[in-house]
Amino acid sequence: MPKITYQDSKGNSKTVEVESGLTVMEGAIQNDIPEIDADCGGSMACATCHVYVEEKWLSKLIKAEDAEVDMIDMAYEPKKNSRLSCQLVISDELDGMTVTTPAKQS
Amino acid sequence: MIKTDTIIIGAGPVGLFAVHQLGIKGLSSIIIDNLDKAGGQCIELYPDKPIYDIPAVPECTGEELTKKLLEQIKPFNTKFFLNERVEEIKQDNQNWIVKTNKKNEFIAPNIIIAGGVGSFEPRKLALKEAGKFEDKFLFYSVRDIEKFKNKNIAIFGGGDSALDWALELSKFSKINLIHRRDEFRGAPHTLTEIKKFEKEGKINIKTPCQLESIDGDEKINSITLKFDNGKSEKIQTDIILSFFGLIMKLGPIAEWGLNMSKKTIEVNSENFETNKKGIFAVGDICNYPGKLKLILSGFHEVALASVECFKRARPNEKYRFEFTTSSKTIQNRLGKK
Repeated sequence: MPKITYQDSKGNSKTVEVESGLTVMEGAIQNDIPEIDADCGGSMACATCHVYVEEKWLSKLIKAEDAEVDMIDMAYEPKKNSRLSCQLVISDELDGMTVTTPAKQS
Repeated sequence: MIKTDTIIIGAGPVGLFAVHQLGIKGLSSIIIDNLDKAGGQCIELYPDKPIYDIPAVPECTGEELTKKLLEQIKPFNTKFFLNERVEEIKQDNQNWIVKTNKKNEFIAPNIIIAGGVGSFEPRKLALKEAGKFEDKFLFYSVRDIEKFKNKNIAIFGGGDSALDWALELSKFSKINLIHRRDEFRGAPHTLTEIKKFEKEGKINIKTPCQLESIDGDEKINSITLKFDNGKSEKIQTDIILSFFGLIMKLGPIAEWGLNMSKKTIEVNSENFETNKKGIFAVGDICNYPGKLKLILSGFHEVALASVECFKRARPNEKYRFEFTTSSKTIQNRLGKK
């Protein structure tokens, strides 16, 4: 199973195995990862699952659609490597990816 | 104090359908919501987006669904208390007393919490110094337009609200429209206008950049922007308007002594009652094994909850299950002849 590392804003990190086909957000919820709220449940309506993706993985991800980029506009401290984790579907290709959560989700 | 059979908190689709399920059983209800209109997330987050999983409705938008639900509950003449948030709940023998931030008080044997993910609030600026300027020089909505005349205004955001207010306020104030990327998202007509106004020098556009600091003591003197290329710019500013959408805050619900897990309320899946007798939770806010956050699940939950509400509101009557197709009583309640 692909391993995903979730690093929080204070630098603590936790690596968990997440089934392929789930999203990075779902992996966080299943494993009680802090700082990912996912209030809207994955419908790109809240930006509370906002993460920063480690640069080298960015190109491996499906490009963000307009609705996701618009929602990231609303997120706390968006950066170039900002994504909504509910839109990142995990596959073997993403094994070893690290995402970092911002200090706040709202 | 207003007396009713059931107090419904939240006017989203599930809260609205609660009125129906209670109404056909002959129970009265009132409904309270923090937003200025019914519909909840359907109306606030995706009014124009399609929904494909309402049984027997192949496709409808959030707004259409809300309209249909309102039509369906019209016969019950339910009173809506909008722009109002429940602050406090307290027990009074077999009843519950609910107080709102507008000092309204309600009493009922039942409360149905159909609160979604909580109440909607504007997403606020994260800067430490933002708090002290709020409601005086920093706003998240425009209520009194007079306050925004002949000022230096910094508008943050890239969506419709930011664009519309930039256009409107540029008639009598100096506008800096600030966004984290070059692209704005708005109605085509609005985008054309923005471009035109920029050319004519009526609006200054600052992108791609973010707010670094707000400078000033008693009032705002200036703001500092940090551009993606690392450069900073100080801009003379009297007023900041920030449009970063809405967030959902659980708010006071967390303090009512209900068993919670991860921002949701634990219920049993027989009648969706919480750990407090007479308080029910349905829709996105409730949690039980196998819970799905679907509108259709909320409809099921509230149908079952309404049966228990009947038993509590009419302890001396026997509950009788009836079909709307064949029950004369229900048809009368719906105003059908």
